[in-house]
Order: sequence, then structure tokens, then C-alpha cells
Amino acid sequence: MPQFQIVVCGSIVPDPLQTLEPVTGPAGPSLKNELMLPAVLDPWAGHALYEAANLARNHPGSKVYLVSAAPKAKLQQVMMTVGQKAPFELVAIDASASGFTEAADVAALLAGAIAAIPGLDRSRLLVFGGWESASRGAGVTMQMVGERLGIAEQFLAVDQLTVGEDGTLEVLERIEGGSHQISSCQGAPAVFGWATGNLPEPRNNPQVGMQNMRAIMPALQKAKPASTGVPSFVSVSLPKQQRETRVVKDLTPDEVAREIVAWIGEN
Amino acid sequence: MDRILVLLHTDADGVLSKTALEVLSAANALGGEFVVGLCGRDVQAAADSIAGCGASRLLAVSGDTFGESRYATDAAAAEALCRAAGAGLILAPASVRWARALPGVAHRLAGVIDTHVTSISMEDGAPRVGRWYYRQRIEAALTRTKRPWIVVLESGCAPAWQGEAGRVVLESVEVANAATRTRVLGVHSPKANEQTIRPDAALLFVAGAGWTKKQADGQPHVDVAGELILGFLRNSAASLGSSKSLVDLSGEGQAVLPFLTHMNQVGQTGSTPRHPKGLATCCHGEEPHVVGWRFINDRRAVNLDANCGWARGKADVVYVADAFAVMARVNEILKTRSAAT
Ligand SMILES: Cc1cc2nc3c(=O)[nH]c(=O)nc-3n(C[C@H](O)[C@H](O)[C@H](O)COP(=O)(O)OP(=O)(O)OC[C@H]3O[C@@H](n4cnc5c(N)ncnc54)[C@H](O)[C@@H]3O)c2cc1C
Repeated sequence: MPQFQIVVCGSIVPDPLQTLEPVTGPAGPSLKNELMLPAVLDPWAGHALYEAANLARNHPGSKVYLVSAAPKAKLQQVMMTVGQKAPFELVAIDASASGFTEAADVAALLAGAIAAIPGLDRSRLLVFGGWESASRGAGVTMQMVGERLGIAEQFLAVDQLTVGEDGTLEVLERIEGGSHQISSCQGAPAVFGWATGNLPEPRNNPQVGMQNMRAIMPALQKAKPASTGVPSFVSVSLPKQQRETRVVKDLTPDEVAREIVAWIGEN
Repeated sequence: MDRILVLLHTDADGVLSKTALEVLSAANALGGEFVVGLCGRDVQAAADSIAGCGASRLLAVSGDTFGESRYATDAAAAEALCRAAGAGLILAPASVRWARALPGVAHRLAGVIDTHVTSISMEDGAPRVGRWYYRQRIEAALTRTKRPWIVVLESGCAPAWQGEAGRVVLESVEVANAATRTRVLGVHSPKANEQTIRPDAALLFVAGAGWTKKQADGQPHVDVAGELILGFLRNSAASLGSSKSLVDLSGEGQAVLPFLTHMNQVGQTGSTPRHPKGLATCCHGEEPHVVGWRFINDRRAVNLDANCGWARGKADVVYVADAFAVMARVNEILKTRSAAT
């Protein structure tokens, strides 16, 4: 049975229930009170992590790494919960997690950190990540990481990965119109930008948490500070949100239905 | 002024998508010279269909290998076309193929890339693009001095190009290294009668978790809900979206609406579909859901709760009503109409 080294790239994003407000400073745009906002593991990267943990469990001898570029104090907070969900070894880079940073610079940091993992065996390497972040939302970082590592077998918007006895990778990627493309790749190394996958979020397991934490704290202490550039922003603003909502309370279902049908028919 | 490359690929059936034609219009609107690069199994017919588009050259990478959607071969083809065109600004439509391949191409060309771009214009002699950050919650305009600059445009940035077809002479471009260890095996599609995601539909119909909740009689009516929703999709040809709460229920193996998957989910961690109109039913209209409606212009909702999120400036009209009763009547009316015509 094949064994893998699965490296998951994932950063943190503001909790989606928070109100965000952009501010612009000399170093480009950022979020107001960015370091105060509660953060979560970037959701699609989270799915990648849970898929990685599941794959490793089913292929004994495999190992999961989480490579994360984020401000280390915030990352530590997020690791308190994420560390309880799946066994992994953290590789931390103390850098901005802002969506406004240059993706290519983030990719360079991640690829550098992956290449420096002691004992990395590229013939067993699967690089996982979310297909898009919830911050920049560009869907470009994983491909650039792959290019820097010299991996041209790449998959985006992955919902399923099945490993054959011989190490063959069968991949389901989302394509247009709610369908999936099925591809078969002759084994590692390969890059996977995950969509939602098929697994529910694992429950917190304090035992896993304790085990992870022993290595997470030193990894955070070791995290090297790194900087990233920003594109030339001309403006950054909140959209005009409010609509004048007409609240219709006193129509019968039949009257509502007629209004809706008429509205659907309008051009 | 940058030289522009419009980078397109054909679909499985050899034609150019609507978004591809929109990108042609966008390039035309920027002014100046542009080159078209085409990738596909056989691109002559597609090239002929845009003979009158005004491109100064038409470059092509073709062959069976390039008819398939796959990172290694798409990136190699796009890289070869970009190098042959020598363009500073590369415009491409947002498609699964280009979304997967072009970020790597930007790296190979030592250039930059912006994806999910929703507008492009010339300002003070330089291209400027608009795109969203933080899942459609913050809007930004930006420009870049580094070249080449790949801009991947979402649909709706410009009207689809229309014009004369003709016979064009393509310049064939060699691809240096398209080696791959990946084989495309095929496409897994929902059965035609379960095809609920319809990107070209005029209406997005969103079902929320309320469809599975206990109703006035103290009981849930999930079977009825399923029939009403599928019935409406059949009668209206709408595309089906869902809230996260509802697809999560389906994923947890509960006996709920079996035709829903995570691909139907709209919002922060779901999709941001584009349709002229949207109708939300039994969905509360919370912010993480509604950010997925950024590109839905005309919005209505049916909810029992007059204080739901939709009523607070997120929809144009909210009907405070029972969606079970309303949708049953809507289906009856639509059915009678289609029987009459
Ligand atoms: C990290 C994160 C990411 C998220 N991402 C997303 C996302 O991508 N997409 C998303 O949708 N959500 C997302 N959410 C969840 C979001 O915050 C809400 O919990 C979710 O959208 C609620 O779904 P709902 O409106 O369907 O369900 P509910 O909140 O349960 O609302 C049900 C509604 O149905 C109405 N109702 C019940 N019966 C009837 C009836 N007979 N007729 C009319 N109305 C009726 C009720 O009045 C109620 O308003 C996310 C949350 C987090 C924390």
C-alpha cells in the first residue's frame, strides 16, 4: 500500500460572521482591527486538512504537515481548536494572512517551507490546499506552489481522491454545470486544490490536541518572519449594501404566487 | 499601450463559450492591437466563427492532447501561445480549464495574474481591473506595472462579440513540453432529470433549511418539499441553489432532499452564481449566505419571518408567507400555462 507525505497549505481568515471594513495605509489596504478579529482556518483549506488526515489514516506510514503563513499569535489561537481535529505537524511562517497580499509572494514562502521539510520525499509528496481562499479568493496560490516545486500534475476544485493499490490517484474535479471530471494520475507527486470534499468536520479530540500541541508550540516559536508585497490598489471599498426592501405581509399564498409568476416572466 | 493576447480554448464540442466571446469584446473595447490565441482539439471552426473580430493574428495550439481539460497540457499550451504572442496583457475567460492552468503559466512567464475579474477599463493610459476580496464583501480596483499580466475575466464583463464568420489562416504554435502523467477518463454528470445546476438559467431558486423544519402542524414535510422544489425546477428551468445548513443536512446522511450536494451551496463557502434574478425560499438570508448573491441583481424571498435577513435590505421584495403554500400555487399556475401553450 502506498505511503504519502501530505503537505496541506492553509492559512487563517476572519470568522465569516464578522463585519469587515477595509482601511488603507502606507503599506496598502488591510482590514480595520485585523489582528483583533476572531479568525478561523480558511474553510476550503480546512476541508483539505480533513481529507489529508483521512488519507493518512487509511495509508499507514503516511504523514500530514500543515504549512501556514499567518501572523503567529493569531495562528496559535486558531491551532488551539484545529489542533484537536486531526494529527499533523505544523510548519509556520510568521507573515501576513491578508487577502490583499500578492499571491505569488505567498506561494514562494509556502514552496520554500515545503522544500525545507526535513526528509521530504518528493516521490511520495501530495500537496494539498483549498482551491480558493476566503480572503483573496483567487484560486492561484496552489498552482504557483506546484510550479515552484516542479509538479505539473495539478488538480483544482477537487471533491474526491481515491488511491489505488498501486498508488494511482483517481481524482474528481468540479467542472461547469454541477458535473465532475474524472482523471487518473500515475501517483505522486501531485497538487490538489480542494473544494468541499466529502468529509464532515471532525469532532474535537483533546487527545489529538495534546499530542499536536507538543510540536505546535515549538513550530510557532521557530516561525520566521517574512514579508509579502501587494498589487497597486486604486480603491478598496465596501459595496453599497442596502436595498429598499418591500416587505409584503398581507397577500394570500395565491396572490403571492401570481406576483412571483408574473415577475419570473418579466424580462 | 500593451500588446494584448486574447487567450481562448474551445469547448468539448469545438465551439467558443459565451464568456470567451465576451472577452473578445472586452479586448476590442480597450483599443489597440490584439492577437487571439486558441487552444483545442481542432480550432479551425472556432477561429472561422470569429473571423471578423479584428485580431491582427490568430495563433493556435491544437491536437487531441489539447482537446482535454488537464493542467499539464493546458499550461504548456497557454505558455506557448503567450510566448509566441509576446503580449504584455493577456485576457482570458474564467473557465475551469483556464482557472486551473493560468496561475502556473503566470509563474512560468515571471508575470502576474488576477482572477475573478469583474471589470476592465483603460484609465490614464493603463489597464485597471475590478475584483472582489473576502468572498465578495470588499470591492477593489487595481492596476499593475509588471508584465506580462494575465487577467481572467468573469462572465458579464462585456457583451458577447458578434460579427462576421469567414475563413481564417491560423498560425500554428509548437508546444515544447506537454508531458503528463494524467489521463482524463470522462465526466460524471448528474442524470439529466437530476441536473439542478444550470449556469445559464434566468432564475436562481434557493432552497433553505426551512424546507426541512417542523411546520405549522408540528411535523416536517421533507417529501413534499422535495416534490415542490423539483416541480418548480421542472416548470421554470431555474437553477437550484441552497443554503449551507440545508446541504450540510444532506451530507450528514439524513433523509433530506437527496438531489442537493455541496455544489448547490451558495455563499461564503459555496458558489457565487450569476443569474439576472434570484428567489430565496425558507432561507433566512444571513450574511454568509447572501455574499453569494453578489451578482444576482433582482432578488425576492419567501419567508414566514418578517424579520429575516432578506427583509433587512438584502432583497428587493420579501413575501411574508408559507413557502409550501406559495410554491404549490406557483407550480400549479406554471403547469396550467405550459399545458395551454
Ligand atoms: C464559516 C462559515 C461559512 C458559512 N458559509 C455559508 C455559505 O457558504 N452559505 C450559506 O448559505 N451559509 C453559510 N454559513 C451559514 C450561515 O451563517 C447560516 O447559518 C445559513 O445560511 C442558514 O441557512 P438557512 O437560512 O437555510 O437556515 P435557517 O437559518 O435555519 O433558516 C430557515 C428559514 O426558513 C424559514 N422558514 C421555515 N419554514 C418556512 C416556511 N414554511 N415558509 C417560509 N419560510 C420558512 C424560517 O423563517 C427561517 O428564516 C456559513 C457559516 C459559517 C460560520
